[in-house]
Amino acid sequence: MNDATRDCRERVSVDPPALQHIIDTLREDGYRVIGPVLGNGAIVYDDVQSTDQLPAGHTDRQMPGSYRLLPDASGAWFGYAASPSSWKRFCYPPVTTLWRATRQGSGFELVAETEDAPPLALLGVRACDIVALQIHDRVLLQGPHADPVYRRHRERAFVVAVQCGEPGGTCFCASMGTGPRADGGFDLALTEIVDPDRHYFVVEVGTDRGRAVLGRVSTRPASAAEMDAADAVVANAAGRMGRTVATEGLPARLAVNVEHPRWDRVGERCLTCGNCTMVCPTCFCTTIDDHTDLSGAHASRVRTWDSCFNLDFSYIHGGSVRPSPYARYRQWLTHKFSTWVDQFGTFGCVGCGRCITWCPVGIDVTEEVRVLAGDLSADLPAAD
Amino acid sequence: MNGMVQSPMLPDLYKVQLVRRETDDTFTLELGPTAGRQPFRFSAGQFNMLYVHGIGEVPISISGDPGRPGMLVHTTRAVGAVTRAMRTLKKGDTLGVRGPFGIGWPVEEAVGHDVLVVAGGIGLAPLRPTIYQLIANRDRYGKVVILYGTRTPADILFRKEVEAWRARLDIEVYVTVDRATEGWHGNVGVVTRLIPKAPFDRTRTVAMICGPEIMMRFTALELEKRGVGTDHIYLSMERNMKCGIGLCGHCQCGSTFICKDGPVFRYDAIQGLLSQREI
Amino acid sequence: MHTLEPILAEHPFLKGLKQEHLELLTGCASNIRFDAGAFVFRQGQEANHFYILRDGKVAVELFAPQKGAVAIDTYGEGDVLGWSWLIPPYHWRFDARAIEPTRAIALDAKCMRTKCENDHDLGYELMKRFAKIIEQRLDATRWQLLDVYGVRA
Repeated sequence: MNDATRDCRERVSVDPPALQHIIDTLREDGYRVIGPVLGNGAIVYDDVQSTDQLPAGHTDRQMPGSYRLLPDASGAWFGYAASPSSWKRFCYPPVTTLWRATRQGSGFELVAETEDAPPLALLGVRACDIVALQIHDRVLLQGPHADPVYRRHRERAFVVAVQCGEPGGTCFCASMGTGPRADGGFDLALTEIVDPDRHYFVVEVGTDRGRAVLGRVSTRPASAAEMDAADAVVANAAGRMGRTVATEGLPARLAVNVEHPRWDRVGERCLTCGNCTMVCPTCFCTTIDDHTDLSGAHASRVRTWDSCFNLDFSYIHGGSVRPSPYARYRQWLTHKFSTWVDQFGTFGCVGCGRCITWCPVGIDVTEEVRVLAGDLSADLPAAD
Repeated sequence: MNGMVQSPMLPDLYKVQLVRRETDDTFTLELGPTAGRQPFRFSAGQFNMLYVHGIGEVPISISGDPGRPGMLVHTTRAVGAVTRAMRTLKKGDTLGVRGPFGIGWPVEEAVGHDVLVVAGGIGLAPLRPTIYQLIANRDRYGKVVILYGTRTPADILFRKEVEAWRARLDIEVYVTVDRATEGWHGNVGVVTRLIPKAPFDRTRTVAMICGPEIMMRFTALELEKRGVGTDHIYLSMERNMKCGIGLCGHCQCGSTFICKDGPVFRYDAIQGLLSQREI
Repeated sequence: MHTLEPILAEHPFLKGLKQEHLELLTGCASNIRFDAGAFVFRQGQEANHFYILRDGKVAVELFAPQKGAVAIDTYGEGDVLGWSWLIPPYHWRFDARAIEPTRAIALDAKCMRTKCENDHDLGYELMKRFAKIIEQRLDATRWQLLDVYGVRA
């Protein structure tokens, strides 16, 4: 990030009630506001109408195979790291009906599925997740064929970013160059500052659309001290990452280690449950199912999220192409850190750490990468 | 706000004109467009996603003549629910078609070269459009040699056409079977045994190979051993496909999406992938 | 007999042989012709020759009850046929039958074996070449066994 960019972007300060006004303004404009709330023992993303629903007084502690919701005395509204559910499910829904068909005589008629969903306003998107959305833009919109479902949601989505102050134990966005600071990709960006005597937000304007919404709530220009405090929050976070990955030359280093013995070791641990692909904000694999009713008169095509960890994900006549768990783990990891670069020009990983947290056996992708990218001497970590 | 989801996932409707049995497990579908549709243009080696109402959709190679776009022809084995259902369709039935997708055979790049077409089993179907084009523009190519290997004499695909190509004075055709049956007086043995007989100039030949992956692998190795450059050999790869448009991720092989970076690949680009297990 | 020397010298299988070895080989060589349908050799017979095919087509066959004669391999112009002459007890293990009119050069096995025993260099040169042929046959047989075109439901 360069100082010139930072200084050029307009910044104002607001007090906590203004955030409720922002939410109200967005809802008045017809947006469905999605933000962090408590649910199922975690901080998840769901519909938000009031700032009372935000997880104030809670934080999370994330480690390999472990997520704990803990009390947080600071009172911060956004004092937590990555949520188990990413923003992926909103622009790229897990289940989507693409079209329906009805039998007509000896043939059938197809009708594309129409949608009446309101535009989304995503509240509390961290830098890593913004980059994940941008990665999805490249994958789903910039190829020879674009996904119209994703496009429709994404084009209209209003993004309120949150500059990260509280990296998690499994975070490594700094290594992946995706955070903790969001430099763009948002309409508004909030930095939350919780001092003993003051609780306020410094708000950056990212787009005209963002400026227009902000113009309808009461703000004041951010003072130099407030801006310094906001910068410090993020600078502080950059130094407290839970994990690191050395990305220099990583795609090539992984490519030559396709037969590394470590793959067998991690393959013995991996359950191929696919949790990592479900919580990953950049995974995009789907499957298509053609359904029909009992009479055969009505059919529909439904697209659902899929995972390369499924045994029948990749097959030719005679069976699965990757029957062994190690091969499916290798497919996933090398896709994120190696072949994605060939395909789309960026890494597929944004360092959010969700896969490490939500792996039931606690496989740490940063540890695997460290070994598989060339350090032959590293052994398995001690048993959990 | 109402939005129409226009989608490359929405099939066009075609009418079945003909279903022809080719061998015990292989059949050809000829489709014509429903009223008002343009004739279907495609390149040799491309494929369509074909949808049978209520059953499902599968990728099938186009096996017809690019020079005759009025009729859309596919040849496939009946090995799963969708293809078995397809085989029972009648004239006038409706089929969903999405495509054409994929990168096809290097018919243009091969101009001015000798062309070696090596097909194994059902692999002759995706190569047949190329053969039609080679014949239609015969004077633009050097020697044209077709090598075809299959399991038994009864499995020889497009037999009458193969015999007609063989009868031409300007094409050499050699056929072999893995296993002979009674009454077969032709060649017996793997298709690579035919390569020494093939009169191509290894310094200016483009080879196009299609068949089971093992067959393509040992054929490409044999050609490489005989001095054909790895940048002059092309293979057609296969994986299951769901979307056919590079978005669902199923057909990935290394960094390639077989549906949009292939299915035809130059050998030097995928040589490494072919020798890796479970990749 | 000397008229066969240039033909043998040109053959890729014998490429690189010293002149003296070529002459030794030529001394064991003769022209032979088979009509279509004629047996080149029979399973169980002594392997008294190997053949370098000049044209035509020969099928290596196995006769099985109820199946009849099953062709497992075919050979044509330029192919080398037969290596049982090299390996004791020197008996053919399959039938070979010309399925088209076939011309070949037949090399007398007893003559060859004696010369190879007397001149180990000649023996080694021939062993190297036949090892290559056996390797190719083994590869091809394995690929045929894989039944790559078979449908696995």
